[in-house]
Amino acid sequence: MTLDVQKIRADFPILHTRVYGKPLVYLDNAATTQKPQAVIDAIVDYYTRYNSNIHRAAHHLSNLATEAHEAARRTVQRHINAEHEYEIIFTRGTTEAINLVAYSFGEVFINPGDEVIFTMMDHHSNFVPWQMLCERRGANYHVVPFDENGDLRLDIYQNLLNSKTRLVAFNHVSNSLGTVNPAQEIIRMAHDAGAVVLVDAAQAVQHVDHDVRALDADFYAFSGHKIYGPTGIGVLYGKEKWLDAMPPYQGGGEMIERVTVEKTTYNKLPFKFEAGTPNIVGPIGMAAALDYLNALDFTEVRAHEDAVLAYARKKLLEIDGLKIYGNGKLHTSIVPFNIEGVHHYDLGTLLDTRGVAVRTGHHCTEPIMAALGVEGTVRASLALYNNFEDIDVLVESIHQALKILRR
Amino acid sequence: MLTIQEIQAQIIEDFSFLPEWDERYAYLIELGQKSPPMAEENRTEDNLVRGCQSLVWLARECHQGVVYLQADSDSLIVKGLAALLLQVFSGQPAEEVSQADLHFFETIGLNQHLSSQRTNGLLAMVNEIRSFAVQCVGEGS
Repeated sequence: MTLDVQKIRADFPILHTRVYGKPLVYLDNAATTQKPQAVIDAIVDYYTRYNSNIHRAAHHLSNLATEAHEAARRTVQRHINAEHEYEIIFTRGTTEAINLVAYSFGEVFINPGDEVIFTMMDHHSNFVPWQMLCERRGANYHVVPFDENGDLRLDIYQNLLNSKTRLVAFNHVSNSLGTVNPAQEIIRMAHDAGAVVLVDAAQAVQHVDHDVRALDADFYAFSGHKIYGPTGIGVLYGKEKWLDAMPPYQGGGEMIERVTVEKTTYNKLPFKFEAGTPNIVGPIGMAAALDYLNALDFTEVRAHEDAVLAYARKKLLEIDGLKIYGNGKLHTSIVPFNIEGVHHYDLGTLLDTRGVAVRTGHHCTEPIMAALGVEGTVRASLALYNNFEDIDVLVESIHQALKILRR
Repeated sequence: MLTIQEIQAQIIEDFSFLPEWDERYAYLIELGQKSPPMAEENRTEDNLVRGCQSLVWLARECHQGVVYLQADSDSLIVKGLAALLLQVFSGQPAEEVSQADLHFFETIGLNQHLSSQRTNGLLAMVNEIRSFAVQCVGEGS
């Protein structure tokens, strides 16, 4: 069976809008994905029928809202195959999830002289929090480089691992290069050295394998809005043994067990890490997105995305002077490129006037751009609803733009 | 010499003859390419206005309360946008520059380039010009 892309496209209302009078061709999915009607409906339904604060009131609406919110936690648990539902912490997104670990794990487990490893292809959100942590705790960090194809230098990584390494953080899929990193191998090597591992799955959970127990990830972070759900909601998965040993990230309501003038004791997992009234509807919308995705055959989704990706790379490379960055052994859904003599902003602007949405710039990965020796790239990134026609429009629009930029 | 308002009105009229986006951007790029090249000694780190998307160099001079500007960019479109800004502001009294209502970008449909400081440095450039003009007013008096 192959994925019925026409049917899927019908489920995403925004794909039928026009920009500058042209049909929208949305190729900025690594920045955020569009939402199926099922997600929009779930959000509207929450506010229409049962909006209420959760976990404390005795009334009917609060019970409905609490049940939906906690059912969403179980949906996430099943989706990434976590052992316990209380290992799922709701956050604002991947960034907050990583900062939570950098703070709370760092507070207990990172001491002066300890070492943290992350990679040159990590997003700023999986780069800066570790620099901040190391500065705060007097620890040191190492950055694993990548080779000319966009593959991590595992030989260098192996040499960086030592008995002082406490934590390794890396993205499973690079948002700037599209490289799929060998997550299981990276995690096994870290564990062999006695280090704990955080996987930034922001670009991975929607495109590649996402079984946290098969990966043996200690922490695993992703965002709702990149997996067809709403913005402002994300997930931190952590193994119970780590989450239990970590102090709270923020203080306030929800996260306490007892509060007295003398001393406060903390709530159990996951609430210890969820201070204040949470984003109640966010998980409900995200769970609707996961339900939507899980009603499809993920093997077919991957096969479709890979076929469109291969087509895009082939057609783009036929353009004179076009260079694709990121030619790693395994890659997914993301095509970063530049055209000789053409500024990425100029190309992005002219594509926009033709209804083609791509991202241009450094993609919040300035170290990658420095390593590639460029100021920025044009990035086309795919989701399950993109089809071969989208690529044809992209390529034709590039040719039209070049007529203006190269005359 | 035309006032800032008169120059903006002229730019709006010029663009009104170009209904298609391709024509507008082609014209904009041409403006950038025809604008006088920036002196090499002005392409300094000090004159660099860093956007998230493109590099802009902006050289500022103040003579007797009048603002003189040169600009360049690695992006053809941003260079064209900068050329428009220079048409409007360079050679104008600093007091006028600091107070002018800059509306032509919106009228000709290019306001998106000014929409966020993070995008291309154009907004940063406008802010630089205005704060320079305020200083220049002080020096001229």
